[in-house]
Amino acid sequence: MRLRLESRPEPSRLATWLSPLVATFAVLAIGFVLFAAMGRDPWFALYTFFIDPIDTRYDVGELLLKATPLMLCAVGLAVGYRANVWNIGAEGQLIMGAIAGGGVALAFHGSESHFVLPLMLVAGVAGGMLWAAIPALLRTRFNANEILVSLMLVYVASLVLSLLVHGAWRDPEGFNFPQSKLFTESELLPNLIPDTRLNVGFLIALAVVGAGWVFVRKSLPGYRMRVAGLAPAAAVYAGISPTRTVWIAMLVGGACAGLAGVGEVAGPIGQLMPVISPGYGFAAIIVAFVGRLHPVGILFASLLMSLLYLGGEAAQMKLALPSSVTGLFQGTLLLFLLGADVFIHYRLRVLRSVAPAARGA
Amino acid sequence: MDIATQLVLLTLAAGTPLVYAALGELVTEKSGVLNLGVEGMMLVGAVVAFIVAARTGAPWLGVAAGIAAGAALALVFAVVTLTLQANQVASGLALSLFGVGLSAFVGLDYVSVVIEPLPPLHVPVLSDLPVVGALLFSWNPLVYLSLALFVAVHWFLFRTRAGLVVRAVGESPQSAHAIGYSVLRIRYLAVLFGGACSGLGGAYLSLVYNPSWAEGITAGRGWIALALVVFATWKPWRVVVGAYLFGGVTLAQFQAQALGVELPSQYLAMLPYVATIVVLALISRDVTAIRRNAPASLGRPFHPEA
Repeated sequence: MRLRLESRPEPSRLATWLSPLVATFAVLAIGFVLFAAMGRDPWFALYTFFIDPIDTRYDVGELLLKATPLMLCAVGLAVGYRANVWNIGAEGQLIMGAIAGGGVALAFHGSESHFVLPLMLVAGVAGGMLWAAIPALLRTRFNANEILVSLMLVYVASLVLSLLVHGAWRDPEGFNFPQSKLFTESELLPNLIPDTRLNVGFLIALAVVGAGWVFVRKSLPGYRMRVAGLAPAAAVYAGISPTRTVWIAMLVGGACAGLAGVGEVAGPIGQLMPVISPGYGFAAIIVAFVGRLHPVGILFASLLMSLLYLGGEAAQMKLALPSSVTGLFQGTLLLFLLGADVFIHYRLRVLRSVAPAARGA
Repeated sequence: MDIATQLVLLTLAAGTPLVYAALGELVTEKSGVLNLGVEGMMLVGAVVAFIVAARTGAPWLGVAAGIAAGAALALVFAVVTLTLQANQVASGLALSLFGVGLSAFVGLDYVSVVIEPLPPLHVPVLSDLPVVGALLFSWNPLVYLSLALFVAVHWFLFRTRAGLVVRAVGESPQSAHAIGYSVLRIRYLAVLFGGACSGLGGAYLSLVYNPSWAEGITAGRGWIALALVVFATWKPWRVVVGAYLFGGVTLAQFQAQALGVELPSQYLAMLPYVATIVVLALISRDVTAIRRNAPASLGRPFHPEA
């Protein structure tokens, strides 16, 4: 008996939506085995990882709070990925957004003006776009690979942040800790639900997800970008400029990531610190794929990814497991997803060695 | 030992992990496969090599384990992209993210562990010669091995029939398939070789260059290695030259501190990354040279049935 992959005449819609579920269950199964191998009761460990972190109102608030930067970054990245523009530096663009937005907050520190917060958000978006403009420019002008440039800029961005909080922007009354002053109320996103840390940043993210859906599905530039991704040569013949595609893809990705960055410092963090993201910009790549590069899918995928972060923290506190298990699960999820995606375009056929006649439809 | 000799030796040491990772990726790419998972494979190679060396006290066993670990991760990539036909770019990213997570997870208990590093070579008489002894005959064995690997890769790709087949598969998998070569099997081997080299580069980092384990010990070297392959326009000798140039750049950080340059350390730490960006832009600018040298089927999946 042999197994063979055969092309499907048309991509399977069922497989498209099933494969994230398959990948999720694969992660659960691997988690089960892993926890058992580490001498923990696997059922209890899975409960602690996936249920316990979301069983109170406060916890649900945390889930949505962490999902916010993930969905923002992922929606922006997905626009580029659909057009085959591979921005993998959302983490750096997020940091730059935080620096720009945080810079505005520090410049107007204690002004109590209502304009500070909107200005911070605009600055955050601009910071992210600026950082994303570098790989866009180098790709369009110098043909430099945007994957490598955007990734290298992540390291540069985190060093710039480190430079600022260790130097010029350090709080003089902060006992020499590398942190900026704490932002005041007019520089922070208002709370959304009492007794949680959830802030209006979540609503902004939802609005961006909605805008992302309109852009991808209903707008002409969104349509052009999809064509550029699916059939680059045809796109060029149809007069769709590849340069423009790269610029739009990078700037949209940068803007969303920058917004996510300023949302973090004007939200749960409330100041600038050397590390402001536990890898949201990278996790968002996984979110984008698990969400099938579709805004609605991304919404759900960001909740799943947020749960993985919370589960990692819970596993550390309650099971004395390293929180880096989160990163392991994230990577596993994406690998299984990409592997399972084979069934979108192919189906498995069983070939019997004696009677090679095809079986099934 | 005078400053100049020391600088040469330090540059060699700093460039070696890049030589390994970039030569491995070069062979992978020559077969038409783009594996962006180098960073992940290096990290897993580094952590596994370190753990095995710490547990057994035998650094060479650690080296072997690092090679095996890198190849094992590459096998995952090969299954996903070659057998299951997944997108190479996305899968490579996934492999890097997976490697970062996996290495942090398994290495947690080894963060402050001290090991016996892999000792440098000592040849009687030769190593004791003045100047030349230090300059040529006292390197770490893995540094000599990296140069041997360069010679081997060059000879294999351009002087052997098997190397010609690998290149043919990278240029035109359809033609190679039509004349009876198994494209997928050749690509599998090329991907595994790349993973083994990345794992070895990682092992060099955790056993020789900086004998310790810390999360993210590679600090982006896997990505720099990917960039190096482009700089080198897929030529092994240029990979080696590029690797030492970048090794030199990473050293600037420590040199400046030693010379007492009053500059926040972050500026110098940025240097390798900024240099990568600048050089990548300069080299890539020549679109025709890139097109002429890049394997024609790079990154494109091949399904024998289609």
